[in-house]
Amino acid sequence: MRDRLLRWETILLVLCVLVLAYGAISTDGFAEADNISFLLLDYSEVALLAFALLPIVLTGEIDLSVASVLGFCSALTGALWNGGMPFETIVPLVLVAGVVLGFINAVLIVRFGLPSLAVTIGTLGLYRGLAYVVLGDGAVTGFPSTYRPLATASIGFLPYVTILVIVIGIIAMVVVHYTPVGRALYAIGLGEQTARFSGIRVDRIKMSLYLVSGGLAALASLVFTLRYNSARADNGNGLELAVVAAVLLGGVSIFGGRGTVFGVATAVLLMAGLRNVLFLGDVSNEIQNVITGLLLIVSVLVPASVRLLARRRRERPAAEPTLDEEEPCPTPTVSSQRS
Amino acid sequence: MAPSLELIGVSKAFGAVQALRGVSLALHAGEIHALAGENGAGKSTVVRIIGGEHQPDEGEVRLDGEPVRFGGPRDAQHRGVAVIHQEPTRFPDLNVAENVFMGRQPLRKGRRVDRRAMYRRTAELFETLGVPLDPALPTRGLSIADQQIIEIAKALATEARIIVMDEPTAALSNVEAERLFRVARTLAANGAALLFISHRLEEMYSLCQRVTVLRDGSPVTSERMTDIDHDTLVRSMVGRSVEQLFPKRETKAGAEVLTVRGLTQPGVFRDVSFAVRQGEIVGLAGLVGSGRSEVARAIFGIDDRESGTVTVAGRVLPKSNPRAAIAAGLAMVPEDRREQGLILELPIDRNTSLAQLGAVSRWGLVRSGRERSVAAEWARRLGLRFGGLGDPAGTLSGGNQQKVVLGKWLATKPEVLIVDEPTRGIDIGAKVEVHALLSDLAASGMAVLMISSELPEVLGMADRVLVMHEGRIAAELSRTEANEEAVMRAATGSAA
Repeated sequence: MRDRLLRWETILLVLCVLVLAYGAISTDGFAEADNISFLLLDYSEVALLAFALLPIVLTGEIDLSVASVLGFCSALTGALWNGGMPFETIVPLVLVAGVVLGFINAVLIVRFGLPSLAVTIGTLGLYRGLAYVVLGDGAVTGFPSTYRPLATASIGFLPYVTILVIVIGIIAMVVVHYTPVGRALYAIGLGEQTARFSGIRVDRIKMSLYLVSGGLAALASLVFTLRYNSARADNGNGLELAVVAAVLLGGVSIFGGRGTVFGVATAVLLMAGLRNVLFLGDVSNEIQNVITGLLLIVSVLVPASVRLLARRRRERPAAEPTLDEEEPCPTPTVSSQRS
Repeated sequence: MAPSLELIGVSKAFGAVQALRGVSLALHAGEIHALAGENGAGKSTVVRIIGGEHQPDEGEVRLDGEPVRFGGPRDAQHRGVAVIHQEPTRFPDLNVAENVFMGRQPLRKGRRVDRRAMYRRTAELFETLGVPLDPALPTRGLSIADQQIIEIAKALATEARIIVMDEPTAALSNVEAERLFRVARTLAANGAALLFISHRLEEMYSLCQRVTVLRDGSPVTSERMTDIDHDTLVRSMVGRSVEQLFPKRETKAGAEVLTVRGLTQPGVFRDVSFAVRQGEIVGLAGLVGSGRSEVARAIFGIDDRESGTVTVAGRVLPKSNPRAAIAAGLAMVPEDRREQGLILELPIDRNTSLAQLGAVSRWGLVRSGRERSVAAEWARRLGLRFGGLGDPAGTLSGGNQQKVVLGKWLATKPEVLIVDEPTRGIDIGAKVEVHALLSDLAASGMAVLMISSELPEVLGMADRVLVMHEGRIAAELSRTEANEEAVMRAATGSAA
């Protein structure tokens, strides 16, 4: 299993290098520091949200409300700034607001046992609506110039925000791949009952994933708001599609239990690079969307078919000797559910 | 008159396992025939052969005296055989009448379903059965008893003359069972031949005219119900010598480490109290549905309990908290190895560490080296046959999978080990190994609570046997008192 995933991530990495190399060689202005900064900044919110979504998908759940949480938090930032609150106070408030929205998702999904797909499609609409309630149609600008550079400035070609993304990515990598909680995520995704029998606190873990997701979405909203110097209710509208695309393209199974942080990070970089190359090459927005869409389908199709082929090959010879496993044949010594 | 359906010297093997040996059985019109035997005696195979799912290897099936060979379940249905399963519903989103006439809807012009005729005929069928059930009712949410009635109506709609009821009362209340019996008697009075399978002896006596007993796939006896008394019937079902499958070691019981007091969950189990001491193997016996596994799950904290206390080595366990149970020294090898014991897609080493991730970690990080060495140690101690520790657990055979589950739990160094059906679905060799392991563990001072549907296993391994019946502990038997008859009597709720 590990080898196969590695292979998908290798393919991704190669693709990513190819796209970047193509850009550097054949597209004017691609390899310049300004453009690289732009490329990295452009997908920083997607990266943050994807790191939040990955562990949720690993447990077999989903959170489609991430971009709406971002929108709400951005609107809240604007409203509070308009109201004259100092930015230093707004930041913690907005982060708490994000966590609260995540908590609402968590309660509906974990406590009431509702399907996360339905719940977060619902809150996708709900939170976006609340964003308009909070701020209306307008935009709030004029955020303090002391903080704006945090979201726009770079050291050389490396934006501060990208450093934040890398730090969050490393934290995600450590948690997902090297801690007991990380092991539990995979266990829940592949066999929730077994995880419960093993003393893994499934509900508590799922709850906290949604809280983290809300918090990260709030963080992404601050980045977004400062980056564009604009707080609007429709900030990040539709961004959840890019986030889901990055997670799936990264080789994460939508059914849970498979995927790596490295894969997701590579996928985000690939998507950012591809969009940038197409943008510089004057490819229209529609065509860009078509290409990203196709890439996504291929990314889901290839690992799935590889896995299917591998399983067929493995199961065919194994089917014979496991006759003693099969419930329907009652043996004199083996008891089955019905006599 | 020839019997409606007859099996003559039927044998059937699955691979190396001989499920039936020379079984003969005659079902007469107007008669209700009981089929009795322990779990695994071959009753289900008989049902599947009559229902056309399996073909006999030897012997023949006769319909009204004529030899037949069913080409499959549909063929058997066409020839008038109907099997009513324990939990039957097929299409929960359709209503009662649509289920009754599924696949055979009355049509009117233009191949459209004649709904009015369908509802009318369904109502007529229920009238014949004497059961008031609305044909337009959706089937989702109907009780199992009502679903069975639907299946019976379906059988009548196909004009079935041979009706097999496979443990129909296992999930029914007494009132529902009584209604089912009335229906069965009506069917017999109208000339159908019935085969009735049940674990409850009193039901056989009140309902059936004749009984055939199977043991290990062979027919033991076939008698008129009036000619066979209760004791003889029980003895003929279970009377097999305890094989040398059970390397039981004599141990001295030490201090009490698992104490259960007044455990109650309404509708599931009531007032369950017992204790297990160090070095002791306590067997928990009872029929399927008597609440054994449910009690174990509640003790471990997977399921909720309304009241009662569980104490492990002096610590009172909180409700619904497996993590606390594990921390207190409780381990549980669950009933369903594939869904509850293992994660088949994860490697052996990761399965082994799953119940004690904290213990193989340092500074919050899992040490994969430590994880591996723990897994390797238990693989060696349990004689696991495997390729590499990185292989998915699902690639192992059933017996080896069970060893991984045992290793996973023993690695947590428990004081009390609960094993639920520890040898279900594994081969004889692995079985003996598991039994020897349990024996050794007890000898080294572990307290073991063993749930098993296999009586010989319980009797062969346990120092004490608790027998459950309908959610209560019906009897506690010492090793000397415990024999198959005593356990079966308590498990079926018949007076001693």
